[in-house]
Amino acid sequence: MSEHIIRVMVAKPGLDGHDRGARVLARCFRDAGFEVIYTGCHQTPEQIAAAAIQEDVDVVGLSCLSGAHRYLFPAVVEQLRQRGADDIDVVGGGIIPDQDFQFLYDAGLKALFTPGEKLDDIVEWFRQNVKKRD
Amino acid sequence: MYFSKEVLESSSRMRQKWEDEVKKVIAKGPDQKPRWSTVSDLEIKRLYGPEDIQHMDFEQDIGYPGQFPFIRGNQPTGYRGKYWTFRMFSGMGNAKTTNERWHMLLREGQTGLSTAFDFPTLMGYDTDSPKARGECGKCGVAIDTLDDFMQLVDGIPMDQVTTSMTINPPATVLWAMYCAAAELKGIPLTKIGGTIQNDMLKEFIAQKTLMCPPDPSVKLVSDTVEFGAKHVPRWNTISISGYHIREAGATAVQELAFTLRDGMEYVEDVIRRKGLHVDAFAPRLSFFFNSHSDFFEEIAKLRAARRIWAKAMRDRYKSQDQRSWWMRFHTQTAGCSLTAQQPYNNVIRTATQALAAVLGGTQSLHTNSLDEVLCLPSDHAVQIALRTQQIIAEETGVANTIDPLAGSYFVESLTNELEEKAWEYIHKIDDMGGMVAAIEKGYPQLEIADAAYHFQKQIDAGEKIMVGINKYVSAEPSPIPLVEIDDTVEIEQIKSLEAVRRKRDDKAVKRSLEDIKNACKKGDNVMPHCIEAVKNFASVQEICDVYREVYGEYRDPGLY
Repeated sequence: MSEHIIRVMVAKPGLDGHDRGARVLARCFRDAGFEVIYTGCHQTPEQIAAAAIQEDVDVVGLSCLSGAHRYLFPAVVEQLRQRGADDIDVVGGGIIPDQDFQFLYDAGLKALFTPGEKLDDIVEWFRQNVKKRD
Repeated sequence: MYFSKEVLESSSRMRQKWEDEVKKVIAKGPDQKPRWSTVSDLEIKRLYGPEDIQHMDFEQDIGYPGQFPFIRGNQPTGYRGKYWTFRMFSGMGNAKTTNERWHMLLREGQTGLSTAFDFPTLMGYDTDSPKARGECGKCGVAIDTLDDFMQLVDGIPMDQVTTSMTINPPATVLWAMYCAAAELKGIPLTKIGGTIQNDMLKEFIAQKTLMCPPDPSVKLVSDTVEFGAKHVPRWNTISISGYHIREAGATAVQELAFTLRDGMEYVEDVIRRKGLHVDAFAPRLSFFFNSHSDFFEEIAKLRAARRIWAKAMRDRYKSQDQRSWWMRFHTQTAGCSLTAQQPYNNVIRTATQALAAVLGGTQSLHTNSLDEVLCLPSDHAVQIALRTQQIIAEETGVANTIDPLAGSYFVESLTNELEEKAWEYIHKIDDMGGMVAAIEKGYPQLEIADAAYHFQKQIDAGEKIMVGINKYVSAEPSPIPLVEIDDTVEIEQIKSLEAVRRKRDDKAVKRSLEDIKNACKKGDNVMPHCIEAVKNFASVQEICDVYREVYGEYRDPGLY
């Protein structure tokens, strides 16, 4: 599963501008040999889903530090589903309290990464778990 | 020369002896690590001595408090006349909840107010905008119209307490609401005091609260500076901010350089666009810095900031009013240094960072609460954070004497080094054609991205330590109570916005929005029209939509 080149979109949904983590990860994925698209801040769930399909990515990594993840993360999953692209995996990160994890997994998030995570560990998770889209 | 020839000679002799001793000790067992550096990765020597500061000129480089170059502080009396302002950044849910928090903080001995707005307000959207879904009240207080604002300042003596508002693209609107609220309470604009952050340049560089492109954004900033200079003389119309630059991953030098170069850009813009003399407005420019974990680097940074600004104002802009040379600043401890793991450790981090800010001579301080890494602060956590400042002020004795670290070989040397490196950046940005031009090239954004990535790599490699993250990790979870803003806040806020829309005079709203549009098109000052519009209950978004329509919207280019 690790032979293909992973194509990842790093995205910032909503109005949150805290993009340090998103940008560090975008650079880390690039250094790991992934193909990276970074949307910049302030994307709506609709824009993110449309861009993910247009860019034909394997996985979308969402970052939110504003507390609105309970609305925004499931909204991206739903927008992908509505566009027939539920084979694009969605993962998330940011300031996410432990108590919200199950809610987000139930909503279709494949993994959640919170502060303190090592970059290498995140890359390894992607290598092990992200499937190439057909 | 700072030291006599005799002192330097004896120092040189004794240093040789010390170095020989060091070599002997190291031969038996090496240091714990080969390289010692600040959190910004600035290399630090084992020892500093007279030779490290021998080139300093006492009068030009150090001097006395209240005298050029103000490295030792603006005020001749230091903290004896007045401690720094205890100013806790707060805002949550709706205006009523935040007003209650404000009254609680004032009862507990806070001496100034500071407003955190929620994301829709910060970005110039109303709570019922589709873009605002899920964000209402989450990161701060939701304000849609003057109706909310009047609740926010209910019972607040606006002629006695100064209020800071962290608001940027819609700064004209929220400041207009503050002015209108004061007038409705019968307080003249000459009596109100406070600060609007209103620093758009650092938004493009770091914080990313974006609305219009750089040039019109700076035009709106200059409008507020001009309006304040003429009508609201006690107001700080910009808080030129390094805080967010640092939080985005900048080094201490980058924070210093980019912030001060932003300040210079505003000075130049107001002179050029408004034709004001520098001394007509520069005394009301204020600054805002981060106090990060590296104790001496932060103290040196704050001392260097005062000296750089004094030199720039006197020599670069030919200011003659000493008040323009003063760098007055607020400080906040570093949110990015806190950890969700073992969160009670954050109390200690915040305390040492606050101490550095005080030893650096801050005029105002916010101390982070231990739970801010996870959520909005609880009453209990915010009380500990406020008490941290009060303990530093009234128990530790550090406020007894002014600038107690002056003359330290290390602190003076580090202050000089940070200043030199900051000027290198400032001159580089000058050569690019100024900060707006540098931002358009992506220069400061990418410098910060480099530093952020470098730091993360160092953390992952264990070269820099964060306790509880990459050392002294605890397997035991340490849960703390979390403040939650539930979705009913959004529903209620939308209801009250709809009620305001029903009862207001729509024709008056439309007319005042037209006036703002015309002012934008003609290049006139928007402030008087904004005050009129908010009094007619025009909403934050309605006014910001005018700006977006006339000036266009700015999209984050997503540099990394």
